[in-house]
Amino acid sequence: MAASNTALGGAVRTGSSARAIAVLTGPAYLWLTVTVLLPLLAMFYFSFLTEAPIAGRVGELTLEQYRTFLERGFYTTLILRSLKLGATVAFFCFLIGFPCAYILAKTIKGRWREALFLLVIIPFWSNALVRVFSWTMVLRGNGLLERAIDWVVPGAGSLGLMFTYSAVVIGLVHSYLPYMILTCYISLQAIDDDLIEAARSLGAGRITILRRLILPLALPGIVAGAVLIFVPVIGSFMEPRILGGRQGTFIGTIIEDQFTAVFNWPLGAALSFILLACVLVIFAMFAPVLKRAM
Amino acid sequence: MKHHLIAAGAALAIFALGAGTGTADTIRVLNWQGYGTDESWALEAFEEKTGHKVEHEYFNSEQEMLTKLRTNPGAYDVVLINSAFTPTAAKEGLIQPIDTAKIPNVADLTPEMRNNPNLVIGGKTYGVAWVWGATSFAINTEKFDAAPDTIEVLWSEAMADRIGWRDDAVEAVQITAIALGQDINNPSDLDAIREKLRALKPQIRTFWTSENDWNQFMSAGEFDAAIYWSGSASRSATNFGLPVEFVVPKEGAIGWLDGLSVPTDAPNVDAAYEFINWMIDPEFYVKWDTDVGAPASANAKAMAGLPDDAFNRAVLGNPEVASRLKFMGPIEDDMREKMLELWQETKTYFQN
Repeated sequence: MAASNTALGGAVRTGSSARAIAVLTGPAYLWLTVTVLLPLLAMFYFSFLTEAPIAGRVGELTLEQYRTFLERGFYTTLILRSLKLGATVAFFCFLIGFPCAYILAKTIKGRWREALFLLVIIPFWSNALVRVFSWTMVLRGNGLLERAIDWVVPGAGSLGLMFTYSAVVIGLVHSYLPYMILTCYISLQAIDDDLIEAARSLGAGRITILRRLILPLALPGIVAGAVLIFVPVIGSFMEPRILGGRQGTFIGTIIEDQFTAVFNWPLGAALSFILLACVLVIFAMFAPVLKRAM
Repeated sequence: MKHHLIAAGAALAIFALGAGTGTADTIRVLNWQGYGTDESWALEAFEEKTGHKVEHEYFNSEQEMLTKLRTNPGAYDVVLINSAFTPTAAKEGLIQPIDTAKIPNVADLTPEMRNNPNLVIGGKTYGVAWVWGATSFAINTEKFDAAPDTIEVLWSEAMADRIGWRDDAVEAVQITAIALGQDINNPSDLDAIREKLRALKPQIRTFWTSENDWNQFMSAGEFDAAIYWSGSASRSATNFGLPVEFVVPKEGAIGWLDGLSVPTDAPNVDAAYEFINWMIDPEFYVKWDTDVGAPASANAKAMAGLPDDAFNRAVLGNPEVASRLKFMGPIEDDMREKMLELWQETKTYFQN
């Protein structure tokens, strides 16, 4: 917009449009700086201290926290475990969310579409903790799921899902599925139906249309959804704690321990930034793919 | 100058006690939420007796309690401190010596509790012994024919996937230290503890974090035996009707003693003394334990006032059982950090 204005109006309007941009976007950036960037910088600073400078204590500058990470192999194990969890959850969200989005965008029209959209979004309106606790009622031994299965197939036996890695994945997929559905829906809706018609008239089968036409055109939505899901999932701690039981230890829960249980903010901050660095490295590795997708 | 002030304070206190009513103050208490001092019926009775009003502020961990004392001098009159942390608070000058002569009920405290070395430092009392209890494990009585007498039951094959554990580094290490016969406050062989904790992997069903969690998991049949606190176990049995029995095994259990202290610069020391006196009064304690459920009282008379079958009297009141408790003491900072690291490493090992 700014570029076209400049091209049309010439040098006279450059100044005013720059001012307009500053006035319009300034508050947002100021807000972001104060609420996000400054606290983040403070945490980054804390990660280089011996102890958090609160309650009259004075921390000294040190690299000790980062050294602790390198010396203790189990932190790396936990980060890898969390990255795997993020990838698994994103994959299952795609597997379930993409067909949902396709049906919403291409098959259903009118008021039904609105109603279904509402159903997709409703979980967002309820508290995350409530959602996770309701899963404990479904998954636990002799819970809703096992009783339902027993009703259909008597004597089917116990699933033993509660307090497992699978339980954590189920809870997280449910929590983050709407992201995938919404982002995929937007890019699927933008695909012109005539394109699909044209492909069909040229003799392409359903699989070919999906593989050669729809998936590539929907890729930006899929990637955006995957990124939106992957990042919060690797830092998640509440769902693993409640649904994972003994198998619910991830880097997120360990970071939470540092902040709440033992008041070692510097180590918690250092672990958070190491996790952030890992995420950035992964995105850098996938940059070519991401760039093409966006 | 300070002596004059203390003398004046003492004179005032004597006057106040003599007069029976005294001036009405508002005192501020720092404690865990729902831990006795904030029972509304008790505060109403206290206000009726003394005219003093009581306000509360809460903490969620011992570290937070210390932080609040450090950052808000003069803000509190009474603070609850786990006796394992009393020496730290006294050493940092956060709490002041208590003149126990002004608190009549102190005379009825069990001498070992009253003179606990963590509360009486250098001949001065820094904390008045209030309540105590044990951390061990409780069983679902429907799943056991008879209560086990050994802590090894937690490690037994029969308990595979049936044990509930608390996600707390110090507690996990201390319970394992008891199983191995090591000192709980300064374990000599952390490697042995690590091995022993790792051996627990097949048994642990899940971790619990709050009493509420524990009750839900137990009633849903998620575990048959789980680490628990003695006071909470009696609440689960009486208030929630769960088939629960607390076990103090032959190897021992973690014992803890909570004391009431007066912070340095407390604005209303005399009212604080009166409040502490009420908190260790048998009248308050018996009602607290019978109606709500409480840990054991450090006051011998208060314990004698409980019904014969009350858990605190029948089990913890038994001197043979009490002798098996290993009391929590101060833990050095680097030991605490080692315990935490050991526990995190073990939790990582617990993953598939």
